[in-house]
Amino acid sequence: MDAISEHTLPRLSHATLDVRSALRPAQRHALAWRDIAGGLGLWRLGVTLGWLDIKLKYRGSVLGPFWLTISTGVMVAAIGGVYGTLFHMALKSYLPFLALSLVLWNVIGGLVSEACTTFTQSDGMIRSVRMPFFVHALRVVVRTIISFLHNLPVIVVTFAIFGVSPGWVCLQSLFGFAVWTVDAFAACFLLGALCARFRDIPPIVGSVMQIAFYITPIVWRADQLGSKGWWLPLNPFDSLLEIVRQPMLGEVASMEVWTLSVVVSAVFCAVAWFVFARVRARLAYWM
Amino acid sequence: MARISIENVSVDFPLYHGSARSLKKTVLAAASGRLGEDQRQRVVVEALRNIEIHLQTGDRLGLIGTNGAGKTTLLRTIAGIYEPVHGRVLVEGGLNALLDPQLGMNMDLTGRENIMLRGLYNGYSKQQIRLLEQDVQDFAELGEFLDLPVRFYSSGMVVRLGFGLATAIRPEVLLMDEWFMAGDASFVAKAHTRLESIVRGADILVLSSHITSAVLQWCTRVIWMDHGRIKMDGNAQDVIDCYLGTPALAPALA
Repeated sequence: MDAISEHTLPRLSHATLDVRSALRPAQRHALAWRDIAGGLGLWRLGVTLGWLDIKLKYRGSVLGPFWLTISTGVMVAAIGGVYGTLFHMALKSYLPFLALSLVLWNVIGGLVSEACTTFTQSDGMIRSVRMPFFVHALRVVVRTIISFLHNLPVIVVTFAIFGVSPGWVCLQSLFGFAVWTVDAFAACFLLGALCARFRDIPPIVGSVMQIAFYITPIVWRADQLGSKGWWLPLNPFDSLLEIVRQPMLGEVASMEVWTLSVVVSAVFCAVAWFVFARVRARLAYWM
Repeated sequence: MARISIENVSVDFPLYHGSARSLKKTVLAAASGRLGEDQRQRVVVEALRNIEIHLQTGDRLGLIGTNGAGKTTLLRTIAGIYEPVHGRVLVEGGLNALLDPQLGMNMDLTGRENIMLRGLYNGYSKQQIRLLEQDVQDFAELGEFLDLPVRFYSSGMVVRLGFGLATAIRPEVLLMDEWFMAGDASFVAKAHTRLESIVRGADILVLSSHITSAVLQWCTRVIWMDHGRIKMDGNAQDVIDCYLGTPALAPALA
């Protein structure tokens, strides 16, 4: 390798590109794995791309990404007012729950819809340089995390107003977020690839997420369903939400919820992995 | 030592149009038992067929041929963007592919941000990215435009930025498409020395061009592509003579 000089740029060297038509599944899995490893090596690029996306979206607006904070705050206030009255609930306990649930759902819903364009939005880049596809997934995940951080004040302010203090238990939610992060990459690979091939999937995903919003305990509480809520464990979004939400509200998430989340995530990641390994070599042709 | 080895490479382009892009229609077709037929009838463009090329340090290869002969697809395949349906592509050495003027630049980002992204792609440190920025700025002379989104640039400025950025990075294996030869006269004069230095610095050059004089100037070996196949391969002057002469009578050596 060229000595790293302070005054000249190093020559690109010592790289090897070996591309074969991979026919055996084992080769495909090895190549998919290499894609992820290469993408992790380029993490600075993925993070910068995600960060620039946010910067770009709010360039020229006075409040910048804090528009997100405001719109979420307004949504919490509006939905809280209407549903609090409808459900005859004390705002003191309902609003913190609602603020937290809505912000967390924004993360899930936002990620799922953006995962659909993981690869199609970078078509120019994909067609002009060889780059691990993981970089594009990282870009989407980073974008989602930045949006979430801008929504955090809504939770903090609501909790402060109503005097909710979750205590140290809330750190348990970090494990939940870890599961979410892995699922997020899987979603980017799976939905990104499927949507690149079939261009009518994003609207289908949109409708599914809309339905999911109403059948998941977000604006309502699971205990309001009482014994009629037996089907809730069948909704994977319910347990995934609980592993983060319960600790943040100061309760320990149940073993049942954790088991369900881990099992659902494992299956989801396996499906995503197989699809990605299968189509990785074709993605550039679909742009 | 740099090396390119293209072994029996074939590339097909599936043409997805209308219903092939739709999940609903694909599922309906499968449900009514038409999928098998559909797959067999899928329209595929044979972009490259049985390409065999081996290059070593010092080789300067030109690709010529009409539009749609597969020159650009071959460059993209060597760059690892399109993975072949059959065969193997092996490139040893740091590779830089100058394929289109924008080279994946994001028009909404500023020139500086685009430079930073390219630096990060190449794994440069902060210090090296600053050097890259300085180098591109010296060449492209964008002034204050460097901090404006690229979409506000004149087309000349976009070309200068794209060219300056692409040629700031010295690779061992250089792949170049013909647009690099284009541009107005004053730009070409200025660009020439810069281009010359990275071409000379590269161990292997693969250049695709319509402009036979450029190919003659840079290349020692020329491959004439036709309908995704190698029609003729040999000494630059010989192949170009045949190509310019009477293409219909040219011997098919492939």
